[in-house]
Amino acid sequence: MTISAERPTETAAGTTAPTGPRGVSWTNRPGWMSQHLGTALVLAFLGYLLGHWWGNHIAGNYAYINGASGQNSVADFLALLLMVVGWLVGIGALNYPIAKLFGREAVEEEPAKGLSRYFRYTLDHKVVGMQYVVGVLLFMFTGGLLAMAIRTELLNPTVHIFNPGTYIEIVSEHGTIMMMMATSIIVGPLGNYLVPLMIGSRRMAFPRIEAFSFWIFSAGYMVIFSALFFGGFPTGWTGYAPLQNQAGPGMISYLFGFAVIGMGMIAAGFNIAVTIVNYRAPGMTWSRVPMFVWSILATASLLTLATPVLFSAGLFGILDHVVLTSLYVNEHGGSSYLWENLFWFFGHPEVYIMALPGFGIVAEIVPVFTRKPLFAYKVAAAGMMGVALLSFFVWQHHLFQSGINPDMRPLFMLTTELISIPTGFIYLVGMGSLYKSKMRLEIPMLFSLALYFNFLIGGITGVFLSDVPVNVTVHGSFFVLSHFHYTIMGGLLFAFMAGLYYWLPKMTGYMMNKKLGLWHFWTMFIFFNLTFFPMFIIGLLGQPRRVFEYAHNLQGLNDFSSISAFCLGASFLLFFWNLMYSMIINPQKAPANPWDSLGLEWQTANPVPLYNFERIPVIVTEPYRYSEPGAPAYADFGGGGSGSGSSSSVSSSVEE
Amino acid sequence: MNNEPRHMRRIVTAWVIASVIGDLLWWFLVGPHIPPGNMTESAHWNQFDFNILAITALPVVFMVWIWMGYALVNWRDKPGVPDPVGGEAAKAPYKVQAAWISITSIVVISAAIYGTIALIGDHGSGGGEGPNPVWAPAGTIAANTAAIQGKATWSPTGDQPLVVQVIAQQWKFNYRYPAFGGMETNRLILPVNTDVVFDVTSLDVIHDFWAYQLSVKADANPGVNNVAFAETRQTGQFMVRCDELCGIWHGAMYNSGRILSKTAFMAWATKTEAQNASNTKYLPPFAWTYTPDANGANGGLYPDGNVTPYSPYDTYGAKQPAS
Amino acid sequence: MIAVGLIIWVLMGLLTPGTPEGVVNYVGSSAPGQPVNLTIQTVGSMGVGDRPTWVSYLARTPQGQWVHDTTWQLPANTLINVTVYQYDSGSPLRNQQYGQVTGTIGNSETVNGKTIHAFNSYDGAGVGHTFTVPALGISVPLLGSPAANLCGVAPCQPKWPHNLIHFSFKTPAKTGEYHWQCFVPCAAGWLYGNGGPMSTQGFMGGFLDVVQQ
Repeated sequence: MTISAERPTETAAGTTAPTGPRGVSWTNRPGWMSQHLGTALVLAFLGYLLGHWWGNHIAGNYAYINGASGQNSVADFLALLLMVVGWLVGIGALNYPIAKLFGREAVEEEPAKGLSRYFRYTLDHKVVGMQYVVGVLLFMFTGGLLAMAIRTELLNPTVHIFNPGTYIEIVSEHGTIMMMMATSIIVGPLGNYLVPLMIGSRRMAFPRIEAFSFWIFSAGYMVIFSALFFGGFPTGWTGYAPLQNQAGPGMISYLFGFAVIGMGMIAAGFNIAVTIVNYRAPGMTWSRVPMFVWSILATASLLTLATPVLFSAGLFGILDHVVLTSLYVNEHGGSSYLWENLFWFFGHPEVYIMALPGFGIVAEIVPVFTRKPLFAYKVAAAGMMGVALLSFFVWQHHLFQSGINPDMRPLFMLTTELISIPTGFIYLVGMGSLYKSKMRLEIPMLFSLALYFNFLIGGITGVFLSDVPVNVTVHGSFFVLSHFHYTIMGGLLFAFMAGLYYWLPKMTGYMMNKKLGLWHFWTMFIFFNLTFFPMFIIGLLGQPRRVFEYAHNLQGLNDFSSISAFCLGASFLLFFWNLMYSMIINPQKAPANPWDSLGLEWQTANPVPLYNFERIPVIVTEPYRYSEPGAPAYADFGGGGSGSGSSSSVSSSVEE
Repeated sequence: MNNEPRHMRRIVTAWVIASVIGDLLWWFLVGPHIPPGNMTESAHWNQFDFNILAITALPVVFMVWIWMGYALVNWRDKPGVPDPVGGEAAKAPYKVQAAWISITSIVVISAAIYGTIALIGDHGSGGGEGPNPVWAPAGTIAANTAAIQGKATWSPTGDQPLVVQVIAQQWKFNYRYPAFGGMETNRLILPVNTDVVFDVTSLDVIHDFWAYQLSVKADANPGVNNVAFAETRQTGQFMVRCDELCGIWHGAMYNSGRILSKTAFMAWATKTEAQNASNTKYLPPFAWTYTPDANGANGGLYPDGNVTPYSPYDTYGAKQPAS
Repeated sequence: MIAVGLIIWVLMGLLTPGTPEGVVNYVGSSAPGQPVNLTIQTVGSMGVGDRPTWVSYLARTPQGQWVHDTTWQLPANTLINVTVYQYDSGSPLRNQQYGQVTGTIGNSETVNGKTIHAFNSYDGAGVGHTFTVPALGISVPLLGSPAANLCGVAPCQPKWPHNLIHFSFKTPAKTGEYHWQCFVPCAAGWLYGNGGPMSTQGFMGGFLDVVQQ
């Protein structure tokens, strides 16, 4: 494909500064009627009460729902459902569709200005990105506190700090909250913020769907958090049936929470995938797309294709609870294997939803700090798409010992091991880029190198797990637990940190403090490894996951791991302190392009104007042409300078 | 430019040395202590497989670590370091790319082939093979069918397989010995040098029967028979744990078992059979569901409390429990 | 910051050990080495509290007060004489194995004065609950009461119909928290009868906290 300068581009009104996509209002209502976080909270609360009353009203006397258990699942579910609806109505997410339903044209409303736009249903992708940053950090903070509680309980093999019910509740909440958070931790904040900037677009394809994805994501947080008020759920994050069917009202929070989060994942993935495919700037052929965008495209495809399965699985579970279908109960014609298969059919692509964006970030960051072009660009892109494709064919490796058809085991062993080939591409790219480079060990680069270090351990142990004979010993033990913490935390979370340190100067205009950043990096890296490496040994020595009692001879290792975990927790406090300090207490203005990046996102004005680019740039060459004297700039802005430049025209038909 | 070959030579030398030392240390020092040990045939082979994977993995790990370490030391942004070569010259050589892809593919596919051979050769490696096992040691299928039909026998002479039904329940395992009048016990006791067939099932939610040192792991699914095999080789104590989260007392669902000599096992079994006879006579015949089941008199959730218990494995000729 | 504070506050509030959380201490209720008396009752529904429909165990403190706690501190290596007032009805067992008395002195119990080694749970009123300590191999079926007018408000008084059950067991020399539970799926209204009170500490399961005297 050649540069298609004739390509129709985003039209924006007028030749003056373009304005953003508009919000919707019912009428020209007064300011006090505007919708924001406050109205959302109030309506969510009212919705909860209404749902609870309604459920008790219609099903309160129905013996099989309410009978001896004293639990009315109908009321529990309707309360949560109407809470989410109330939240969406309150924030204004439904104004536009409802107006359209009644055949009315939406009345345009000026987008909110200043800080208040972060508390509203704002359609600007940059605002949504920042909202996601706060959202996922809140999620992570909650899950992290629960992890500290788990490690506290495991300090002693037999003396209990929490009672077993509370412990299972903590374990389950930790797992679920972290998994939900991890699906969005990069796609949400960085994907939404950066993708349009990196592909030279003025907006997302579906800004309303994008804003919806964030607000439904935050509703999902409330729903899963609500489980704690209902006594939690005992199933862990995998929610296996029929234990799921036996559990109390907290289980509904889990099932509905995953369904709600699932809607957010589908919405976010769909919007981002469409945007990447259709909204790339002229000249940005597939071989000129930045690596981060490739990874987000792969992730967004997975989100769109895999999550509906989770959504249906959750829906079935809710039906089992609320109207006593028995889709997951063997004795009544259902099947507990149905949940296992549906869950993991989503669950395994999900694992790569959590890995790929991390690969994308490091592939984006490494060229900047090695001052070299990315090694084997096409292999990297192929690796990401290959991982995404193969991830749909490996889910039964979670079920090797479950009693499903044994003939399938060699096949799933093969597919699972095959997926390490495209994953290996990522290492080829990373290691090749280091060769004879001029490495600048800034904080983002340190986090990226740490990803290569950690993910190697996580990935290699994955090969052990996929080997069916070895799987007999390690399946369901702390070995698995350590393996996926090495891939998700050691991979994704380190990449997220790299991304934050790298892009926050762009997103907020302020630099993160380097000294605190170094402290944060080294404590996080060291204590992460000290926490999780011993868990491989603990697992090999026979400790199953999610237990509150373990063998006495494993206390030493468990205590070592626990104490390291507390230090790891402290390193997150360092991060939060750095965030506070650098963004609020003592903000230092960031240079326009602090890392000397060639990336398109750094070429926009600072702060980024509402419509990102005054003129749509034309991409003229490959990305990452570092250290190449005479190489053309990545993009032609037509103004001879950055997007904030003058309005003098260039012979390009990009301007309408 | 002229020191370029030296870089590669240094890295490769360091890598070869580290890999050889690492692999030797692993194989001779660490490997013999890797769980699950040598208590059963599967345990032995699973330990062997783990070590094969380990000595394959170590060179890969060392390669990346040494490369990264070397790069960190030598290719840093310091005064005097030349700019890296950009542009056309930095295009990754196709030879390198092709080599990388081929080598990783070969390693990975070999691992899968080796794993498959190990899995089939070792009769499912102690993993649960579901109701219709395909990789069974000779004679075990017939023995299992006999046990299910209530015709099991076992004697310390000869090579008869022993069938044990593992009944998981929230939150305890019970063991039923069809060859000894169908008695149930709290502890799992096994004879040495015997092919053991485990019929793993659950009376409620999903559990997982993990006999750690025996290298046996099989999910216990309600109403489903999950068959696993083990050939015992050493006497001694082993640990049984539940390995699938099954509710509040999951962490307390463990017990120890023992492998005894054949004669000691026979003596124990005969004695226990007599001891338990007063209760064994009340036990239902071999089945995957007991009454009251999920719909039971006291624990029913569903309105139609009297549906037929789910038992898809009538082909074995198992009798439904009396109700 | 406010949100973070709220979250910490809520988490801490919710994660403090669940109710009921008390430990009933029987250590010192008799001279060292002498048998300790443990008196417990089972009731078909609590009748009071947050969960009035739930089935539960209760314990009588050495001072003679009935409390709703299922973690009992006992001295190690000591004979425990257990008295159970069984106020609940019964049903067949899911696994008849629990009809056998194991791990007690003489592998037997006395029910209303009659010694029992094994009980067919299809007989009579079936089994109401079991008192089972898996790690110690102790399991005692607590036979169901056939009466129609059962006590529905805890703690029940002996005027209500009940089975009076006695058995003794010896605590292990090794200290630690030993899990005990009931193995009758008695949580009516939950799948497999094992949710609700069966899955909540303080109702149908708890710990024997064995300590040095």
